[in-house]
Order: sequence, then C-alpha cells, then structure tokens
Amino acid sequence: MAEAALSTVAKSAAFGQVREKVLRRFEIGDQTFHVLTKLSAIAVLLLLGGVILSLVQGSIPALSTFGFSFLTSQAWNPVTENFGAAPAIYGTLVTSLIALMIAVPIGFGIAVFLTELCPYKLRRPIGIAVELLAGIPSIIYGIWGMFIFAPFLQATVQPALIATFAHVPGLNQVFAGPPYGIGILTASLILAIMILPLISSISRDVFNTVPPVLKEAAYGVGCTRWEVMRSIVAPYTGVGLVGGVMLALGRALGETMAVTFVIGNAHKIYPSILGPGTTISATIANEFTEADGKLYTSSLVALGLLLFIITFIVLAVSRLLLMRIEGKGAR
Amino acid sequence: MSKFLRSALVVAAVGTAISALAADLSGAGATFPYPIYSKWADAYKKDTGTGLNYQSIGSGGGIKQIVARTVTFGASDAPLTVDKLDKDGLVQWPQVMGGIVMVINLDGVKPGDITVDGPTVAKIFMGEIKTWDDPALAKLNPGVKLPSAPIAVVHRSDGSGTTFNFTDYLSKVSADWKSKVGSSTAVEWPTGLAAKGNEGVANTVGNTTGSIGYVEYAYAKQNKMTYTKMVNHDGKVVGPTMDAFQAAAANADWAHAPGYYQILTDQPGAGSWPITAATFILLPKQPQDPAAAAEALKFFDWAFKNGAKAAEELDYIPMPDNVVGMIRKTWASDIKSADGKPVYEAK
Repeated sequence: MAEAALSTVAKSAAFGQVREKVLRRFEIGDQTFHVLTKLSAIAVLLLLGGVILSLVQGSIPALSTFGFSFLTSQAWNPVTENFGAAPAIYGTLVTSLIALMIAVPIGFGIAVFLTELCPYKLRRPIGIAVELLAGIPSIIYGIWGMFIFAPFLQATVQPALIATFAHVPGLNQVFAGPPYGIGILTASLILAIMILPLISSISRDVFNTVPPVLKEAAYGVGCTRWEVMRSIVAPYTGVGLVGGVMLALGRALGETMAVTFVIGNAHKIYPSILGPGTTISATIANEFTEADGKLYTSSLVALGLLLFIITFIVLAVSRLLLMRIEGKGAR
Repeated sequence: MSKFLRSALVVAAVGTAISALAADLSGAGATFPYPIYSKWADAYKKDTGTGLNYQSIGSGGGIKQIVARTVTFGASDAPLTVDKLDKDGLVQWPQVMGGIVMVINLDGVKPGDITVDGPTVAKIFMGEIKTWDDPALAKLNPGVKLPSAPIAVVHRSDGSGTTFNFTDYLSKVSADWKSKVGSSTAVEWPTGLAAKGNEGVANTVGNTTGSIGYVEYAYAKQNKMTYTKMVNHDGKVVGPTMDAFQAAAANADWAHAPGYYQILTDQPGAGSWPITAATFILLPKQPQDPAAAAEALKFFDWAFKNGAKAAEELDYIPMPDNVVGMIRKTWASDIKSADGKPVYEAK
C-alpha cells in the first residue's frame, strides 16, 4: 500500500513538472502573441500619426504664405504661384450634397421596400443586386460616366433642364448653359449612383434592428404601413439612419477617379451646376505628379490636409451616431 | 481614412516594384514623346538586350525626379533655362521634335475643314469667343456652315510640356493672353474643361460635342480626330503635315542656343506649322552611377543613329545630323564621372 502510495506521489510530482512545463510554454506563446498583436495595433496608430504629421509639415509653406485666404481665394495660378482652395472645397461639398439629395430618398426607398414590402423570394436577389453596385470599381464608373453618361446628358437632360428653368428667376442661374456634358451635375449623379448601395444596405440593416413586437403592435392597433414606417420605424432608427448617411457622405467626399473623369477639373466657381468644377481629391490626383515649385506642391498637400479634416469630422460624427443605434439594438 | 492608408501602402509597394525593375535603365517625364520612346525602347531591347523603363508621368514630374536623382534620366517638353540647369547640375539636349494640333468635335465637320489662327484660338481659350458661328471664325472659314453651338474649351488638368508650348504660342500671338494668362506648364485657365494627359484631352474632345482642344499630333492621328488647319506666322494657311512640322523645325538655330534652350512655336516661313515643339532629355552633369548614365547615353545615341525611321512613322521629326553632332560633343564635354572622365564616348 505504502509503496503504491509513494509511487503515485512520485508519479503525480512528475506529472506536475510536465504540466508546469507545458503551461509555461503556453504562457510564452500567449505573451508573444499578445506583444505581436499589440505591436500591429500600435503600428496603425503610428502610421496614422505619421500621415497627419507629414500632411501638416508639408502644408506649412502654403498656409504660412497665404494664411486664411487660402480657404477663401478662388485663384489657382501656377505661373504666379498664387493658390486658393475655395473652388476645390466648394466642388467637394456641392457634389457630395447633391449626391446625397438624390441617393438618400432612393436608398431609403430601397431599404423600406426590402424590409417591409418585398415578397421574401425577391429580397435576396434585389439585395444582392444593390450590393453588387458597391463592388464596381470607381474607375469603371468614371469611364462609363465619360463615354456614355456625359454625352447622353449633353444631348438630352441638360438642354431640357436649361430650357425648363430659363424663365424662373434664381433657378435660371443654377441651371444656366451651355451644356458641356461633364460638370458638377454629372459628377454628382455619378457619386449618387456610387453611394446608393451604401445607404440602402446600411438603412436596411438599421431597419432590421426594430423589434418585430413594436411593428406588430402598431399593425395590431390598425396602423397603415406608412404610419408604421413614419411613427415606429423612423423614430426608432433615426440616429442610425443619419449615421449611415454620414458614412456615405464620407465616401462621396473622398471619391477621386470617377469624379476626375466627369467633373471638368476647372478651378472656378460657376453659379450654374452644369458648369465644370473640381474637387479636392480630383485636384490632387490631376496635379501632384506635375507640381513643380515648393508652393505648388505645398498647396496640394494643404488641400489633402483639408480633405483629411473634413472626412475625419464626418466619419467621427457617423461613428458616434451608429454607436448610439447599436447600443439601442443590443438592449 | 483607412482608404487613405491603403492607397499610401499601395503607392509604396508600387514604388519599390518600379525601382526593383529599373535595374538597368530608368527614365521619367513627358507624355508627348512617350509613343516614340516606347517604340525605340522596344527595338533597342531586341538589338542589345537592355530594357528601358520609361514612366510617362509628365514633364513636371520628370524634372522633379531627375532633380531628386531617383531616375537615370528625365524628359521634358519645356526646356530648362541655363540658370536652372546650372543650379541643379543638369545637362539638357533635344531628342526629337513634333507638332501640336488643335482638335475639334463638330457634327459634320471633317479633318482640315476648319481653319483657325492664333489670335482667334487665344480668344476662344479666354472665353471671349463663345460660339462656333462667331464672326471671327466665320471670316476665317468662308463657305463653311458653322453651327451656332457653344464652344467647349478643353485643356490639360496636369502640368504639361504640351501646355507650355501651346501657351507660349498664344503668348506670342496675343498680347492679351500674355498679360492675363502667360505661359507655363500649367496656367490659370480663364475657362473650359480640363483632362489629364494628351489621352485625356483627346477623349474629352471626342466625347463633348462642340469642343476644341490641343494635343500632340500622334494622339490626334491615332484617335482619328478632327484637326484644324492653322494660319502661321507668315499668314499662310497650313495643314498639320510632316512637311509643315519640318519647315518649322528647320528654322531652329541650335548652335546659338545656350543649353539648347529653344522654343519652336510661331516660326517664320510660308510652310511652317505654328505650334511645333522639341522634347528634351535631362541628365546630371556628374551622375551618381556613371555606368547607368553611360547606358542611357548609349540608348539615345542608338536612337539618333537608328531611330529616325520609327520617328517619322509616328510623325515625329528626327533631329538634323549637325545638331546630333553638337549633342555628342556636349555629352563628351559636360557629362563626367567623379574622376573627370567623360562617362560615354560616342562612336
């Protein structure tokens, strides 16, 4: 008995040693993994910090030369080295806003149809088709916009717009000719198509967070579909919808290639939305390789910094709003 | 933001890939001569086995890269002044010449149907002439039925040697243009749409009814675009032909142009095409890698000797023999390695 007990003790001691070894090995592995993942996370922060630093440093010559007037000046003259960002900022904001005005109602419509009205059989095919739109590379939109969409607009839609609003005071300035085909309006339309899938898929997901009980209760007391959407779904999801729209706005603000193709790249603010214009990202893409002279390059970097700040604000706001709706959905 | 980072990474990756490829011979610059440089590079590779990696990123980019010494040679359509050459320690010479033409897009109008002159083009590009049936255009084109359609001006959105020569021409023929806009690789355009590269202008003109733009002749020819005839310095109407480009090029006095600084626009002569241009190569006076510089010079020497036919096929004008002789002398006297020996002896 005693012998047997002894041998068990010895055995378990030996077993304990092995276990300790294995555990230590695990611990080393764990720690290494921890350090590696931490380093990757820090690397992202460092990269981001580096990008901000180099943007700020690169834009100092331009900002110190032009000061605040860099934001308001319409000049863009590489010969006399006099630069202003106003046309690029204007073009960036206006194209994005017009795109939102078109894409938001349509996107919400698609989402409402998909979550409330669509027969189950059709939900998946339509949902996938909308999401496939998001998968088309932006250069394809650009080429399509330039070769097919712009000539079509020049021949049909734009003359019609000009003729329709020719005698309406105010609007005749906004839709003044001549029809070029490419310009602010065309860029906005292309952007609207590009952000449509983003808006519709986010709002569909957001609509799905509404507890069915709420909707069923509303239907139960005799609400129509419209009343359910307006009084139950919309208030419940409002913040999330705004977050989705802001995300789409972020995409529209930074879009480069498709816009460059169809906006006309003119450093001018025309009162007409049929006129050519430019955006921050289109200007940088067009002129960076060719910018000779310190001030020219620096002005382009400063434009990049402005875009960075604008998109940062938009994305931060959208994240905040989306976080609030996610909290609600989990409850 | 993550998009920005991603594209930064892609750019970095592409950058390393390019520098890895460019082991033997690398250059960057003007888009204007790109068609002929790539044709030469192809033939040269078959002849000698040495490949050429030419990035057609535009003249401004080419100058920037050779000043930073990231490529073996730079290429520019706008010549650098002697001051700038000395400051950056560069040597420059003309490699080939070509013509810049006006292209238009009007229904029912065929190549060469319409004639324009310099002052009219300047007024169109300043936004003063707004429609195709303007009296100034009607006067130049008696018998041609011009529509009352608005004119859409198309110019380059990037800095460009083509723009440099085009705006230089307009500055010579229009005092108004000279004082209000001036000439450079990029200017503050008074009006119009803009597109990137010769290709971009060609495409935008091709897709916009009523438009007018300017491109290097090879692009107009390859895309079968409607070009115009022009009134030259002597007041004669000329079409964009090899003979007209050559007539303008023959006027150039390279021997008395320090640093080969020579602009060929608005040349006299009854047959001269008004917007003719030379395109230039830039090389450091004291290359960091003399062997690579010698390889580059060998390539350009080969092109002078064997490339004339290929150039003419693409409607470029080869440099005359006496100028090539001068350029070879410049190579021997100006491009030296650290020990003071010429890096390449032309045979």
